[in-house]
Amino acid sequence: MFGVLFEQAADGQRYIDWLLSGLGWTLALAFFGWWIAFGIGVIVGVGRTVQNRVFAIPARLYVEIFRNIPVLVQMFLWYFVFPEVVPSALGDAIKRIPPPWASFFPALLCLGLYTASRIAEQVRAGIEALPKGQLEAANALGLSGYLTYRHVIVPQALRLIVPSLTSEVMGIYKNTSVALTIGLMELTAQARQISEATFQTFTAFGAATIVYLCLALIAYQAMALIDKAVRIPGSAPARLPVDQDLAIEVQQGALPGAMEAAK
Amino acid sequence: MNALDFSIAAQAWPYLWSGLIFSLSLTAAAFAIGMVLGTCLALVQHFEIPVLAQLVRGYVAVIRSIPLILVLFWFFFLVPIVLGHLIGNGRPIPIGANATAFITFGLFEAAYYSEIIRVGLRAVNKGQFEACQALALSTYDTYRHIVLPQVLRVASPIILSQTIILFQDTSLVYVLSLTDLLGAASKLAQLNGRLVEMYLVVAVTYLAISSAASQCVAALRKRYAVATSR
Repeated sequence: MFGVLFEQAADGQRYIDWLLSGLGWTLALAFFGWWIAFGIGVIVGVGRTVQNRVFAIPARLYVEIFRNIPVLVQMFLWYFVFPEVVPSALGDAIKRIPPPWASFFPALLCLGLYTASRIAEQVRAGIEALPKGQLEAANALGLSGYLTYRHVIVPQALRLIVPSLTSEVMGIYKNTSVALTIGLMELTAQARQISEATFQTFTAFGAATIVYLCLALIAYQAMALIDKAVRIPGSAPARLPVDQDLAIEVQQGALPGAMEAAK
Repeated sequence: MNALDFSIAAQAWPYLWSGLIFSLSLTAAAFAIGMVLGTCLALVQHFEIPVLAQLVRGYVAVIRSIPLILVLFWFFFLVPIVLGHLIGNGRPIPIGANATAFITFGLFEAAYYSEIIRVGLRAVNKGQFEACQALALSTYDTYRHIVLPQVLRVASPIILSQTIILFQDTSLVYVLSLTDLLGAASKLAQLNGRLVEMYLVVAVTYLAISSAASQCVAALRKRYAVATSR
């Protein structure tokens, strides 16, 4: 059934090469986007928990704005609107970027900043789940606010939230497909192109689906390994209100069911 | 940089409004289909009905692991074929992009809602089941009157949060060239060339609606937390 993938396409490549190049763009977007998201997410998440309004208000605004606009709309804002509203010299420079990169950079920025707002909320939940004694002990030792966060609060909070970050990893690799709307030939776009070129829709989408499933499996296993490596020994799961508890369980439950089904 | 001219957006508003109505009705329909079907899927897994439970697990896992755009493409391609086999003579029945969008979002969201409800079912206190048995309630009555109402109540904040995400996700019907809020704006933008104003208006509209809805969910969550802490 997948035989058609090894046939030659009009451009001399095989269809499977199209898929692989799509996979490359998908992975590049997800990987680099993740590190942008993680960096900004931690900073904004910390900002959500501090008393100082100079940090708290912008952090709150950031999360409100980036979480409440659909990814696709944000994609259009970065791709179509951003070059128009910046000073025209910069705007013209952006418009001169050659094709694949002209779609890649806005998509990267969009996914990174959007996912950051979601990670920020997870980081905030992690910080709020820490026992108060941690902060008090750091104060008693005379640590400054910065040092307390840098060496006591943030490292522990990050270790707590690895399971819920799993769903954000899954989220960012799935959202990479939105980049096809601004012309990036990532995995889903390539699958559609193959289906249009060969009329083997079932094969084309089937192959892409299998690749996405493998990515999900790898992401899930990798995060499980990381969680095992960094989990705070003997830490009782933080007591959250029932429904938040539920929410976390739903996120974590995202894949074990899948694994069972796959067996 | 050209001067922004939002009077264009004001003129375009009736068309954008009809797009917004489409987005909202798609959300409402997907919510209704997704909740009913999602509850069924969750119960099938909860009761471990042989074969069916495995199939449902596979369905939920696959739907949750692949991008919504790919799901849209899949259904766009499959629904006419499946319908053809179900009610026709095996020839694909074209039902149009609109109907496909409604079916796709309903089936897609069912996977997400079922996962929430499935976990909610596990969280119900064992004593509730024992009390029902002691009262000689049938399994149907137990779930219909005792268990499911509690699950829906506990899970309501997450269900509503998921519905806000659903509302935002409906913008992806853009790839099927439908005229939802974003689709309407993009079609107008191609006509009048005012991309910047159109997309900014759309962004602000989504922001206002989702943000207001999130505030309501947060208030509900707070009220609920008080109610359960007694």
